[in-house]
Formats: sequence, C-alpha cells, structure tokens
Amino acid sequence: MTDSYAIELQGIDKKFGDVHANKAIDLQVRKGSIHGIVGENGAGKSTLMSIIYGFYRADAGHIRINGKEVRINGSQDAIAAGIGMVHQHFMLVENFTVLENVMLGTEGGAALDKGKVAARAELERLERDYGLEVDPDAIIEELPVGLQQRVEILKALYRGAEILILDEPTGVLTPQETEHLFKILKALRDQGTTVILITHKLREIMAVTDHVSVMRQGGMVAHVDTVDTDRNALAELMVGRKVRFTVDRIAHDAGDVRLKVENLVVEREGVRLINDLSFEVRAGEILGVAGVSGNGQSLLMKVLAGIEGFTSGKITLNGHELLPTTTTSPLVVREMGVGHVPEDRHKMGLINKFDAKEAFIMGYHKSDKYNKGWLQDKKFIRQDTQEKMTTWDVRPDDPDLKTASFSGGNQQKIVIAREVEKNPDVFLVGQPTRGVDIGAIEFIHKRVMDMRNEGKAVLLVSVELDEIMSLSDRIVVMYAGNIVGELKAEAADEKTLGLMMANIMPDDVDTTVKESAHE
Amino acid sequence: MLDFWFSWVILPLDSMMRLSTPLVLLALAGMFSERSGVVNIALEGKLLAAAFASASAAAVTGSAWIGLLAAIATTIMVAMLHGFATITHKGDQIVSGMAINILVAGITVILGRLWFNQGGQTPNLRGDARFQGIDFPGAAWIQENVPFVGSVYGEILSGHSVMLYLAYLMVPISWYVLFHTRFGLRLRAVGENPAAVDTAGISVVAMRYKALVVCGILAGFAGTYLAIGGNTAQFMPNMSAGKGYIALAALIFGKWRPVQAMMGCFLFGLLEAYAIRLQGVEIMGIGTVPVQFIEMVPYVLTVVLLAGFIGRANPPKSVGVPYSKERE
Amino acid sequence: MSSQRIPGWINYAVVPLANILMAFFVSALVFVYVGVDPIDAAKVMWEGAFGYSEGWGYTLYYATGFIFTGLAVSIAFHCQLFNIGGEGQAYFAGLGVALVSLYLGDVLPFWLMMPLLIIAAGLFGAGWAFIPAYLQAKRGSHIVITTIMFNFIAASIMAYFLVEVLKPPMSMAPESAVFPVSSWIPKMHDFLGAFGYEMTATPLNLTFIFGLICAVLVWFFLWNTRWGYEIRAQGFNPSAAKYAGIDPIKITLLTMAVSGMLAGFFALNTLSGDMHQLKLNYVAGFGFTGIAVSLMGRNHPVGIVLASILFGFLYQGGAELAFEFPGIDSKIIVVLQGLIILFSGALEYMFKPSIEKLYLKATGWRADKEEAQNA
Repeated sequence: MTDSYAIELQGIDKKFGDVHANKAIDLQVRKGSIHGIVGENGAGKSTLMSIIYGFYRADAGHIRINGKEVRINGSQDAIAAGIGMVHQHFMLVENFTVLENVMLGTEGGAALDKGKVAARAELERLERDYGLEVDPDAIIEELPVGLQQRVEILKALYRGAEILILDEPTGVLTPQETEHLFKILKALRDQGTTVILITHKLREIMAVTDHVSVMRQGGMVAHVDTVDTDRNALAELMVGRKVRFTVDRIAHDAGDVRLKVENLVVEREGVRLINDLSFEVRAGEILGVAGVSGNGQSLLMKVLAGIEGFTSGKITLNGHELLPTTTTSPLVVREMGVGHVPEDRHKMGLINKFDAKEAFIMGYHKSDKYNKGWLQDKKFIRQDTQEKMTTWDVRPDDPDLKTASFSGGNQQKIVIAREVEKNPDVFLVGQPTRGVDIGAIEFIHKRVMDMRNEGKAVLLVSVELDEIMSLSDRIVVMYAGNIVGELKAEAADEKTLGLMMANIMPDDVDTTVKESAHE
Repeated sequence: MLDFWFSWVILPLDSMMRLSTPLVLLALAGMFSERSGVVNIALEGKLLAAAFASASAAAVTGSAWIGLLAAIATTIMVAMLHGFATITHKGDQIVSGMAINILVAGITVILGRLWFNQGGQTPNLRGDARFQGIDFPGAAWIQENVPFVGSVYGEILSGHSVMLYLAYLMVPISWYVLFHTRFGLRLRAVGENPAAVDTAGISVVAMRYKALVVCGILAGFAGTYLAIGGNTAQFMPNMSAGKGYIALAALIFGKWRPVQAMMGCFLFGLLEAYAIRLQGVEIMGIGTVPVQFIEMVPYVLTVVLLAGFIGRANPPKSVGVPYSKERE
Repeated sequence: MSSQRIPGWINYAVVPLANILMAFFVSALVFVYVGVDPIDAAKVMWEGAFGYSEGWGYTLYYATGFIFTGLAVSIAFHCQLFNIGGEGQAYFAGLGVALVSLYLGDVLPFWLMMPLLIIAAGLFGAGWAFIPAYLQAKRGSHIVITTIMFNFIAASIMAYFLVEVLKPPMSMAPESAVFPVSSWIPKMHDFLGAFGYEMTATPLNLTFIFGLICAVLVWFFLWNTRWGYEIRAQGFNPSAAKYAGIDPIKITLLTMAVSGMLAGFFALNTLSGDMHQLKLNYVAGFGFTGIAVSLMGRNHPVGIVLASILFGFLYQGGAELAFEFPGIDSKIIVVLQGLIILFSGALEYMFKPSIEKLYLKATGWRADKEEAQNA
C-alpha cells in the first residue's frame, strides 16, 4: 500500500537554464524511517529538497505525501503538508530571540505579546518532549552553533512537521554534537517522524540511516538498505568509479622552521579571539588545524595571510619577523614567500565577474612580470594563464571565461594553481575541498601532499576530520581561540579529536604545546 | 533675564518642534522601509510629491484634509513605483531612488505650471484649506502666570497645528507597531534575514511592499505638513531642499529606532532654529555670519553626524539587497 | 548559465535601446497630456539638434559636458560607489578655474594657462570629492548622502564667493569679472576657420576633443592598468580585493579623486570654453544628468560618449522645443532624464529576459522556461 510511504516522488524534473539539475527523479521514503540522500556537490540533492520544500517548483513530476498527491507551490504548502526543513545555512534571524524565531510565521495573532505567551508554553513542551532544551529568551547570535541547530529543529516541530529534512546538518558540529544529533533523530524516528538526511558524508550515512538513495549528476542512481552497503560502494555509486580514500605520504624528516607563531593574541573590540597561541610549521610537513568552525581558525589564517592585524605576539614567516606594529598586508606577506588558499573561494579567493586570466593574477597583479610600465601586459597574462590552466587540467581551459562559469572543483583548482605556481615556501590552505566533488578532491589532496613532499611548510585548516587526518603530519586542535592540544597524526583518531574539539581532554593527549624539541 | 530665556531658549525650541516635524515623519518612513531591507533614497522625491499633491488638492477643493488624503494617495503610488523597480524587478535600490527623485522634481514643476500658471507654485491657501492650530487648555493663563516653565507649556507644546501633533503621535505608534505586533516582527525579520522569512512561509515580496506602503503614508504626512501643515501655505519648486536625505542621516544616527531617530531630528531642528536666530546678529569678534553659511548648517551637520558619532552603526542586514532565491 | 550563449551586443546595444524606447514612450505620454503632439515634438527636436550646423555645434557642446560628468559617475560605479556629487564637484572646480583665470590670466601666456586650468579644474573637483570619499572609506558614512550634502554645501560656498568675493564692485549680478583672454579655450568654429572650414558660431570648443581623449584614457585606465584592475576588483568583491592585497581605503580615495577630477573638467568646457566668467549655478544640473548618461552608457566609455551625444540632442532639441512650443516646460527634459535613469538603471532587467528569449527563439534554440531570477 502506498500510504506506507511518507513521501513519494515520481518523475521530478527541474532545469535551470541549460543545467539539468534533477532528471526525472523517483524516490520513495518509508514512514518512520531515517532515509539518507547522498551525492556529490552539484548532484542535485539540494535542488530536490528545495522542490519538496516549495522553494522551487518542479518542471514536471508528482509529489505524494502519505499517498495523497500534493501541489507544493511555496513553503506554506510544504508546512501545511507536514514537511519541515533544517537548512544547511540556518534560516534564523540572528538578533531575535529563540522564541521569536520559532514564532515567526505562526505568531497567533496581530498583537505579539499575547501570542508570545501561548508560543512560549508550546515551545517549552516541545523542548521537554524531544530533549531539545534551549533558553527561549536567548538571542540567536549568542548561542553556539549546536544550539542554533536545535532551534531550527524546534521550528520545524513547532509547525507540526511529520517529515523532517536535514540538509548537511553536521558541517558545523563536533563529532560529539553529531552523535547527539543522531540520538535525537533516532528518537524522532521511533516516535513516528520521518527523517530525510542529505549529506555527502558517507560515515554518517552508515551510522544513522535505514535506507540510502544515491544521486549522481542530477539523476537517482541507486536505492539501497543501509545494512546492505558500505562506504566504498556508496562512493563508487556517487562518482561512477572506484575512489581512493587515502593519499600517499612519503615519510621524511621535517626541515627548518618556516612558520613560527609565538604567543599570538588577537583582540577585537575588547574580546580575545585568539589567546596566546604558539606553534610552528617546518619545511616538508603539514600541520593540520582542527576545530569546529568559529573557534579562531579562520581568523588565524587571515592574520597569517596579512589580511587582518594582531594585538600582540610574534609571527615569523619564512625568516621575516612580524610584530603587531609592522604594517602588514597580503602583498607584503606574499612577497615573503607565502601562498594562501582561502577558506571561501567565492567570497575571497576569486572574483566571479573577472575572467580566468584576471583571476590568475589576483594578489600578484602589481608584479613586474605582469606589467609593462603603466599598462598591464595583457598578452603575457593570457599566455601565462593558458599554460597554467593546461598544466592543472582546469576545464574548460579558456582564459577569457568568467570564473563564475567554472565548476566548484575547477574554481578551486584555479585558486590553488595560482598560489602553488608562485612557488611559495609557506602554504596556508583553508578548507581546500569545500564544495568540491570527489574526483577533484583526490586531485587537490594529491597536490597538497606534493607541496609537502617538495619541502614546503603547509598549514592546513579544515573542519573535515578525514581530510585533516589523512593529510597532516601533526595536528593541533583549536577551541575558543586556544590550542588545546597537539598530536602526531598516527596518534589521532576521530574520537580523540572530537573530544578535543569540544575542549574535553582525553587522558592520553599531551596538552602542553612543546616548543620545538628538534634542534 | 526673562527676555533672554524667551528669545534664546523658548522660541528656538518652539521653532525646533516645527522644523523637526517633517524630518521625524520622514525618518519614521525611512525606518519602516529600511527595516524591511529597502534603502530609501527616494524619500526626497516622496516628500516633494506629497507636498505638491497636498497643496494642489487643498487649493482645488478648499479642504486641508483632502489635501492630506491626496498626498497619501500620491506617495503610495510613488512607493509602488519604487517597489516595482526594486522588489519585483530587483533593480538597484539607490539608482531607482535617484530616478524617482529626479522624476518627481520635474513632474511637479510641469504639472504645477500647467495647472496653476504660477511658475510652478501652487496658490496660497486660506481658511479651511490650511490646518488649524490647537491650543492646549489654559495655555495662555499658564504662560502668563508660571515663570519660565509656563512658556514651555504655552509656547513650545501648545499652539501648534493639528498636523504637528499627529506627526509626533506617530512616534509611539511606530514603536508599538515595530516591536509589539506581528507585522513589525515579520518586517524586522525580512530586513535581517529574508530567507528565514521565506522558509517560514511568508512572502518577502509582500512584506516589503507593505513596508513601502507604510513608508508612503508617513511620507504623505510629511509632505502635507511641509506644504500646508505649518507656517507655509503652498508648494514651491524644490521646497524639499534635501530634507529627505537629512532624515536618513537622522535615522542612521538613531540606529533605526523610532525614539532615537526623533532625537536626531530634534538635533537638526534645533540647530537650524539657532542658525536662523543668528541671522543678522553680530557675534563678538566675527561680525555677522554670512547668510550662505547659515543655509549650510543642516547639510554640514548631516555630514558631521554621518562621520562622527555613529562610527559604524549596524543597518538591518539585508538592506540594499534585492531578494532572490539562491541557487545552491 | 545561458548568458554565455547570448552575445555581448544584446546586453550592450539591444537592451539599452529597449530601455530608451520605453523611456521615450512614457515621455510621449507626458507630451500628449500637456497638449503637444509627440511626433511634432520629436521632429522639432531632431531639426533643432541635427538639422543644421549650428544645432550640431550646440549638441556637441552639451555632449562634452556630459562626457565629463558621465565618465566621473562611471569610474565611481566601477568601484560600487555612487558619486552623486558630480554637480557639486563640477561647481567647485569652477572656483579653481576662476581663481587661476582671474589672478594668473593677465600674467601668463595662453599655452601656460591651458595646462594650469586643467590642473586647477581637476584638483578642485577631486578635492571636493575627497571628504565624502574619506568618510566613506574610514567611517563607513554613506557616500550617497554625503555627496548630496556636499552638493548643497558647494552651492552655498560658491554663492558666498560669487556675491562677497568675486563679484566686481558696482555690479549687481552674482558673476565674477570676465576672464582674461589668455584663459579662453578656443572655439571650434575659430579653430576650424583657421584651417579654412566654415562653421557657424556656437559654444562648441576644443574641450570637446579633450573630452574624447579623456574617454580613451579612462578606457585604458580601467581595463589595462593595475589601478583600474584594483578598482574593478574592489567594486566586484571587497573581500577578495582585500585578499589580493588591495587597500580599500586607498582605492576608495583614488577612485573618488579621479571621479571628482573628471567632473571638475566640466568647468573647462563651460567656463573657459564659453562663458568666460564664473556664474551662479552654471552647472545647471549637468552633474545629475551624468548619472543618467553613465547608466545608459553601461558605465563604459564608448557607451558614455554615445549617451552624451544623445543627451546633447535632448538638451538642444529641448531648447528648440521650448522655443517652438511656449507651453512646453523645459523640465520635461528632466522628466525624460528621470525616466531614462529609471529604465536603464533600475528596470534594466525588465526587458532583458524577454529580449534574450526572443533572441534564443530567433536563432533556433529552445527557449528556456525559467531563469533562476523568477520565483
């Protein structure tokens, strides 16, 4: 009987211009189950969910909820059909309270104060029943990310969601918080709620889902029961070929210290965002900086790259000393032999409206190589770009194409190519594979490892523990602007790192950061 | 002593009340619009349009209240045009605002000349075509018999036109609407995070249009006051003289909150009152201040406010950005 | 996205054309309301602007002013700065020109005066843009409001100077004394006459050539130098610009200084080239029109030159119109300007999807139903 399916999709099709985002998708989700949807970035998962939630309208196809066909033309319809969505980027008003955010849209009357009383009672009931405690009067921007996510879930439950869709929910959580989230999801499932989990993290699919559907390049390619599959099989389905999960690391001794940070303090508006940090990175090693995003890693990268200043301490980049009073700028830092692959290529690493050749000289546009007197040497720039695009297999290798037209993976290649080709001695890399498909991830990881094998000092900041663990020689964990511990890569596992990321020190970890013992 | 008090404290404060009124209304108008995410550079144009409409309608019908209605209807239309360009068609909000200001400046003069043949002005109004003053009870007696403070009641508070009292009433009303109604909650949400509102099932577009309507109504009041509500009794070309922009500065100074914005407007009004008071007066060591420098005062103050006190005030997060559903 | 397959000329020629036609259409309605046949009006305007060499002279004279104010606005736009202060910057530059002309004109020869005048105009114009630029860069003060305020302030300051300082005694009009001849930029008809070409006397002068040169230089500056690169980078993406080592404060100041300088050159055309005196409100709204010109010209020097000629046509034709039809108010040109800004600037995307669809259909591709822009 079809009414055992909470949601059934038939032939859902959606195009954006030439991009065929969803190709005749069929999907059946059983009631009271946790159903995972995996796929690479750009496979079409988010588009599909946006259609279910009414953000977009499908070009063709049917949606059935509990056996009944529904038309979803907007979020109102989705909510009425019992669908609730927890978005990857939270849909919260940051300077409102928890209560106000939950109420938004279902205030219960034009006069707010009356509505608030009833809403508060209902919210407190939900919090108790589902174990999602959070202070209704707390202001969102003051809450940690894990709690903000709870508010998102509460929002959906408040509106009577029977089908809960979570889009990449664990990107901002520590492993422990992720465990807790999964407990909640399982509890919801046991109470009859249907949960759809969209993720690209295969480990999580294996941990919590009952069934999995795999999307690839806009189409559904497989539906399996989780017990019948494993990470490798899923990865293969996602990409269409066998995928390697580890990278070759040549064992060797690290060389001289190329990047040294001593007692770094960064204060903004009276708040210490980075608190007395000290570490060093040597030539030929990768130092991985792990931590949930928002604990100072991004700021650290920006300070090292010369984008932001710092309050006290000393930074030594490739032999050059930087003090708080030194005027620093990304140009100066680059000239010291530092390359920087920023965490957010869209916001920082690239300019969408520039074409590839203009993107390739970003940060280096003042150098004599690219300028002849007053004018830029356009011919040389194009030629240079063309060569690099070919070497790095950037597709399409057209220097005049606007960067916005390249895929995520190719864009990241452009950024990495740009920095690597300058042959820096120190390499600052942030979230290198965010939003990049598995095939390109392999390529990028190999290149980062190449840098290390060629004797560069690499500082790698990433929220993906797999990435940190597979690439780093040593790992430090940041929490609230401090380094809470340092490990050799061999000694690190997810559990240990996860605890450290939440500032819980496992007994067997060295919590004092040693000054370099090698002479 | 009494003379000094009266001449240098009471009268300027009295003037301040009147000079600030259009600014307060405009600042409130701007507040609703900007809190919903629409930058309102077009306040100047709305002001001018309202002034023209109210003066013309009052001249033709002989009733000031009809003038007010005409002004509100006009500014709502202008607001709809503004919304059409920026919300529906996602045009640049500042460019469309400037376009409206220029359009209105031109059309008001053309229509003015066409209809009234007075070089762009509307006819001088008399009687019911103007708003009458309201005297508070016992004002005259209190002013005469209570020293110093009496004239606060008698001169500053009492005796203004109906429109002025209506205008200041808008401040607490706006506060209530913005912070204690469902409409206000949703409006502020749209200004901070339109995506959050969209996913909650509320139409961002509808909310912004509604905000523009409220903005239009308040601007309609402002223009009516400017032309026929206070001491003036007609429309003159370009009589807005930058008040739309000055109100924006006051709004920013007041951090987009009703009472603080009103304070900002008072600051302008007070300074302008003193500047006028100083016209022709000899100051020790300087002589008379040239009239051109007195004219400059509000504009210089605007720049000072924008540069000095505020530092960087935080506007509503989504201000200036047209809303479109992001693709991945 | 499908914008890849739409050739550039659609965006740069057809869409603006559609916008202008729409603006004209709406203006025609205004004409009808005022009681004038829009076709007649158009004919009169065309005749007045292009029909005879005197008309051409005036048209190009006006166009020159627009080239400067349009370029000024466009440079700022490329950095995402909205410079509404062109009016004030051009006005204040007049002070520089007047001071140099009046105090040095009797002392220095023509060939020395010319470069000095250019420097004076550029310097005063850039200077007037400096404070709003600085406040925006360092304090985040909204440049739209500050530049508008500076327009008002300029009006007051210039009025003061004209009435109290520069006005010759015994004179009633708020004008300066007439500039010495060595500060006069040669008129085109005189210049051509020296080569044997006949041309009716008009205000058109050699500043026109300078204007065209500036347009070319702006093109080189924006797309072929590292400073133009930085300006555009900052305009597109300030975070990325910072990452690339661009100093937001320096680049804002540079952009506005260049912008103010270009606006300042306006003074050369009108004061040194024609009026030979500083007069009250001599900018007469050309600074604001520069916004329309820049938007219509898609912020590109080529488009701006073309748009300037169009607006020159509107002004000259408009003057002719007011002459022929006494009932027409010259403000109708202001209305047309506002409409052009509205359609070219704010509603510029109103027609783009439909035009693109038509193009795609016409060239045989399947028209796509939904762009990501529609809900």
